[in-house]
Amino acid sequence: MGLELYLDLLSQPCRAIYIFAKKNRIPFEMHTVELLKGQHLSDAFAQVNPLKKVPALKDGDFTLAESVAILLYLTRKYKVADHWYPQDLQACARVDEYLAWQHTTLRRSCLRALWHKVMFPVFLGEPVSPEMLATTLAELDVTLQLLEDKFLQNKAFLIGPHVSLADLVAITELMHPVGAGCQVFEGRPKLAAWYRRVEAAVGEDLFREAHEVILKAKDSPPADPTIKQKLMPAVLAMIR
Amino acid sequence: MWPPPPAPEPGSSPLSTESPENSCCCENSGLPGLMTTPSETRSSRMRVLGLGWRGPTGTEPGPGAQAAYRLRFRTCWLWLVGVPDTCLSMGLELYLDLLSASCRAVYIFARKNNIPFDFQFVDLLKGHHHSKEYIKINPLKKVPSLKDGKFVLSESVAILFYLCRKYSTPSHWYPPDLHTRARVDEFMAWQHTAIQMPMSRILWIKMLIPMITGEEVPDEKVEQMLAEVKNSMQLFEEKFLQDKMFISGDHISLADVVALVEMMQPMGGNYDVFLNSSKIAEWRMRVELAIGPSLFGEAHDRLMRLAEWDSSTLDPMVKERICELLQKFK
Repeated sequence: MGLELYLDLLSQPCRAIYIFAKKNRIPFEMHTVELLKGQHLSDAFAQVNPLKKVPALKDGDFTLAESVAILLYLTRKYKVADHWYPQDLQACARVDEYLAWQHTTLRRSCLRALWHKVMFPVFLGEPVSPEMLATTLAELDVTLQLLEDKFLQNKAFLIGPHVSLADLVAITELMHPVGAGCQVFEGRPKLAAWYRRVEAAVGEDLFREAHEVILKAKDSPPADPTIKQKLMPAVLAMIR
Repeated sequence: MWPPPPAPEPGSSPLSTESPENSCCCENSGLPGLMTTPSETRSSRMRVLGLGWRGPTGTEPGPGAQAAYRLRFRTCWLWLVGVPDTCLSMGLELYLDLLSASCRAVYIFARKNNIPFDFQFVDLLKGHHHSKEYIKINPLKKVPSLKDGKFVLSESVAILFYLCRKYSTPSHWYPPDLHTRARVDEFMAWQHTAIQMPMSRILWIKMLIPMITGEEVPDEKVEQMLAEVKNSMQLFEEKFLQDKMFISGDHISLADVVALVEMMQPMGGNYDVFLNSSKIAEWRMRVELAIGPSLFGEAHDRLMRLAEWDSSTLDPMVKERICELLQKFK
């Protein structure tokens, strides 16, 4: 049994791993764990990841959760090109800095934007007040500004002249509000230019393939009541 | 320049030891019995030269702190003979407030490994992290920050990895084995939202918000947060610790230090998350022992004395933000 990746491309961190593995020609068996059907909450999946989240990795008997840990594992095991996670002490520190920062900032804002704008009303049938949505979008705005001012600045990519894990993780996050119909790049030419560079570095076809699911999020059919009841607590905990 | 220099009083010598910037932080912050780590202001440099330097809790500094002191002594001498301020700080600087769990992790790790550094106190209770001077160092306005020459780094996890690599610390801290290292990475990624945030929230809702605003957070919200913490502790035990001595196996690693300092945060508000699990309580003892009880105690002193703090000395801007935070809970 080779490398197995448990993913749902609806999820931002899953997209980062999918793109990374494909781009680096890392052979893996894909197991789709459909979040909107609650498959991540099953006992069977808990054997792979007791945290009941995607992405998860299984490499023989070794299982691993957390996308950042999985990306670093793949980086080391498959000895990918240096630019993804540089040997240079300071460059590496910059990637670590971004990967640490984004958990409670960009990840959170992007998730909330998707759920408040689209998934709650469309999928769960729960209305979201205009005030709540406005607050969420304002928070996203602040985070995007930080991304641009503190991390990107005037560089080609987040940590320097080459694409790294930081860019991959960031771009897949931003596609969440894009999938929700937010114009994240409007009025942000620097960020828009960076987006195009990352897309080109990854490969447009691969990028498009990884984002097919999220770009159709607005067309999600409404959840049936059993599923809704099953998913609600986890969703509320996730976006709190 | 950090910290911001005090405005000179008319007729006072820049070498005066009477500068308000320099008075013992126990008067400024209302935290009794704590000496502020000497800042880079001129008068405090004189104090450093003239008096024995005391660590953050008034106790004798350990070897790492002594190395930092020797560096500061050398830089002070250079200052006295006329070398400009900008040239003086040549070594590693860590911008910290030990009230913050992330700062404690970095402090403990650096001290334990005898990494020489200048402790730059960024008083969160006085809102120093929002000052113009600190924003120049870290525009994210957070602690900890690291400054190594011109290189500035934020995020405690990144700082810990940087220190490991630069100072070639013993391998058990961040094991080279692929799987073992992945276990440390896994915890370091998970803890941001699962441990650090909820533990910090407990301190806010149980202690800081009532103390500062005079109002209690609604019971429902408190219960919700306590349940979240309980769930996280359960996951920690079942998935990360299991039956091992430490998170990565037989030896302490960065993951254990980060985990424990964060779980200590609610203690500042007299809430003990270790009560429900003997396994976790035993792990805690092992980690404290591996770190060294004296260093561990010193690092947590400011947190443990938080209840004694005179909240009327709180920076008004910080107070305003806290009141806004309370509104979000309602």
